[in-house]
Amino acid sequence: MDNTPDNTILLEVKNLTKVFPGTCALNRVSLEVRRGEVHGLCGENGAGKSTLMNIIGGVFPPTEGTMKFDGKPFSPKSPKDAQDAGIGFVHQELCLCPHLSAAENIFIGRLPSKGDRIDFKKLYADADAVLQTLDANFSSKTPVNKLTVSEQQLVEIARSVSLNCKLLILDEPTSSLTDREVTKLFQLVRDLKKKGISTLFISHRMKEIFEICDRVTVLKDGCYVDCMNISEITHDDVIRAMVGRDLGNLYPEKSSKIEEEPILKVENLSGNGFENVSFTLKKGEILGFAGLVGAGRSELMRGLCAIDPVTGGEIYLYGEKQKFKRYRDAVKKGICYLTEDRKNSGLFLQMSISENISSANLEAVSRRSWIIKRLEIKLAEEYVKKLSIKIPGLSYPINNLSGGNQQKCLIGKWLSTKPKVIIMDEPTRGIDVGAKCEIHNLLRSLCEQGVGVIIVSSELPEVIGVADRVAVMHEGKLAGFLQGEQVTEENIMTLASGASLS
Amino acid sequence: MKNKVKQIARKILHQREITVFLIILLVVAVTTIIQPKFLNTNNLRSIALSVSVDGLFAIGLTMALILGGIELSVGGVSAMTCVIAGYLALQGVNIWVACLASIASGLIVGIFNGFMISKIGLPPFIVTLSMENLARGMAYIITTGSPLSVSGHLPKSFRFFATGYVFGVPVLFIIFVVISAITFVFMKYSKMCRNMFYVGSNENAARLSGINVDRVKIGVYVIIALISTIAGLLSLGRFNVATPELSKGAETTAISAAVIGGTSMTGGVGGVLGTVLGIFLLKIVNSALVMMNVSVYWQEFVQGAILVLAVTIDYLNQRRKGRTSYFMKFLGLDKVVRKTVETD
Repeated sequence: MDNTPDNTILLEVKNLTKVFPGTCALNRVSLEVRRGEVHGLCGENGAGKSTLMNIIGGVFPPTEGTMKFDGKPFSPKSPKDAQDAGIGFVHQELCLCPHLSAAENIFIGRLPSKGDRIDFKKLYADADAVLQTLDANFSSKTPVNKLTVSEQQLVEIARSVSLNCKLLILDEPTSSLTDREVTKLFQLVRDLKKKGISTLFISHRMKEIFEICDRVTVLKDGCYVDCMNISEITHDDVIRAMVGRDLGNLYPEKSSKIEEEPILKVENLSGNGFENVSFTLKKGEILGFAGLVGAGRSELMRGLCAIDPVTGGEIYLYGEKQKFKRYRDAVKKGICYLTEDRKNSGLFLQMSISENISSANLEAVSRRSWIIKRLEIKLAEEYVKKLSIKIPGLSYPINNLSGGNQQKCLIGKWLSTKPKVIIMDEPTRGIDVGAKCEIHNLLRSLCEQGVGVIIVSSELPEVIGVADRVAVMHEGKLAGFLQGEQVTEENIMTLASGASLS
Repeated sequence: MKNKVKQIARKILHQREITVFLIILLVVAVTTIIQPKFLNTNNLRSIALSVSVDGLFAIGLTMALILGGIELSVGGVSAMTCVIAGYLALQGVNIWVACLASIASGLIVGIFNGFMISKIGLPPFIVTLSMENLARGMAYIITTGSPLSVSGHLPKSFRFFATGYVFGVPVLFIIFVVISAITFVFMKYSKMCRNMFYVGSNENAARLSGINVDRVKIGVYVIIALISTIAGLLSLGRFNVATPELSKGAETTAISAAVIGGTSMTGGVGGVLGTVLGIFLLKIVNSALVMMNVSVYWQEFVQGAILVLAVTIDYLNQRRKGRTSYFMKFLGLDKVVRKTVETD
């Protein structure tokens, strides 16, 4: 970092405690953000990052503790208070009105008007001016639902900037962006920094923290652990602080014996979003699928499982040709697909843990057409134990669990169908470091037991760390396979962006 | 051992059904003190009768809501099936054959609703709203608008189901109880009905669990239409008249009962027991109002008040997850519950 931030403190949080009924979400946490600084905030899920952000953003008040912002005592009673004080909050899940134009979203609640009529001319001019400073290349007249996710994010940032914010809070801003978009976002953050705007950057991804932040504060279980200068530390230091122990090897050992016998063979599979894809999954290996968002990886997997229709191609399971009419057929033959979008298409949130685990395999817990509760509980207990899922009780709704444990429940649900091939789309999205590691180990041990494992992941380190062989997709086609030494970020990105390896 | 008892006690007190049940007891107790005639055999019978038909609709709505949909055509379908059977009976067709025709028409309605909602993908609200008009319109067309009197054309055996008594209990009510019990057991223990909960809770996840979502939806709408048909036929026997105005607006009472009983409007949560208690609460309150000489014009108003109260309390309760319900506090039961929680 060329321009060192000056040392006056913009935001000072001291001994902040927040007690929710039943849990203490924050316990005497402190945080200091300097002027013009990019400050990272790290912690596993449930470490209290969101709670802290919500308190700073005025969503709810702290139970105890004081905050100072811009030299003055600061205790926002509503998000509006925080906004007025100069805090811009870009939530992880964007909150925009999808049918309104970008301009209307940027100036929402303070549209310029002449008397009672909205002054659209001024509105669009002002909005375009703000967007220009952010290097946006779309008109402010565009309806938000026509913009990409990263452009929508830009609209949110523009809103904060136009409010003259001094501190911008970005809550996991990169989780739904492509690498190129991330680069752009970071450039923007650096530009804002030059203008003296501080950024509080929340992320799971070490690489990003190290790329963009000056300092990083680590929380664990609602407590403050440490605040470190990025220039003086390594990834491992942060991870150790987050997890509270050494993780040892971040990823499990690679496979020692890959047999030539293919479990799954796919030939010239085509469908909506992918065409002419052929690959084999060998016994004993984890096959990774990498590529940019929209390269057709998820579509391929969904087509393979007959969740979506395919237009052509053949699928062989243990040498036997398969004809799946619907997903159920694929499940019966032993192929299952774990969705990337746990909340929206994986979990039955209000239903109990045991009901979630049995949902793919009611046959196993029923006699004729009647569910036997005893069997259902037994099945759930079996997988909770096998996968060491931490639960308060089997009859609790599954939304009480952390992301990692929810994911393990989903894995348990599918393992109960005794699959031959398990396909995991983004196996560890939104899961904290410790649980990530456990899931990776689990995949490896499944693989050693002879289950075919395919992972689709947008996190390159994960693909590289977990998979024995990597298939890279580009615009619906297989761009190539990488193996052993070849598996590097550079090679994957080269193939994923459509170039060929030299 | 002691812990186990407490655990069970806690579980019971946390159930929505118990809350509604306690309120029913409260209403009954208060009304009886003011007007002891409330517990007369006659009054109890009239409550039982009024619960029966609307209760059937409420069960249908419970299923639709759990599935994450809604069913506004229950009243229209019952009117149509009632009129079809009545009309055929007037033409001299054997009543049981007429019933079969009626059931067939109900089946067609159910399949149509289910097909439009699942395969075509239209919103259930629109489909069933249209169906309410289509079915009721069909009833108007057949009757040319005026009620058909069928007295003298229905055999005793048919009317027995709607007007008879067994050991002093109305057969109509027994039928309602039996259907409630069957649906209750199915919803709790059958594979088919469990899929209904999965679909209602998260349709995408259900599809990705290999559940045939379309089939579940069609099945549920067919069952609801058949329950409405039963209601229509029973009404025919009960009133001896086939009127296209039958059960107009029945769906609103049915939705209220389901929601008061704890069924969620967003799907995946709910049950028949709560709904049955919900319809009992509504009807008992109505009867209590009559008994206390309150004008009948208040009934609708009070029903609205109960519904909005139940939903508000539910909402506040959800928002303060982990705290005991206001109902419980009101009844002084929150301390019991909290104690059992603490000793865990």
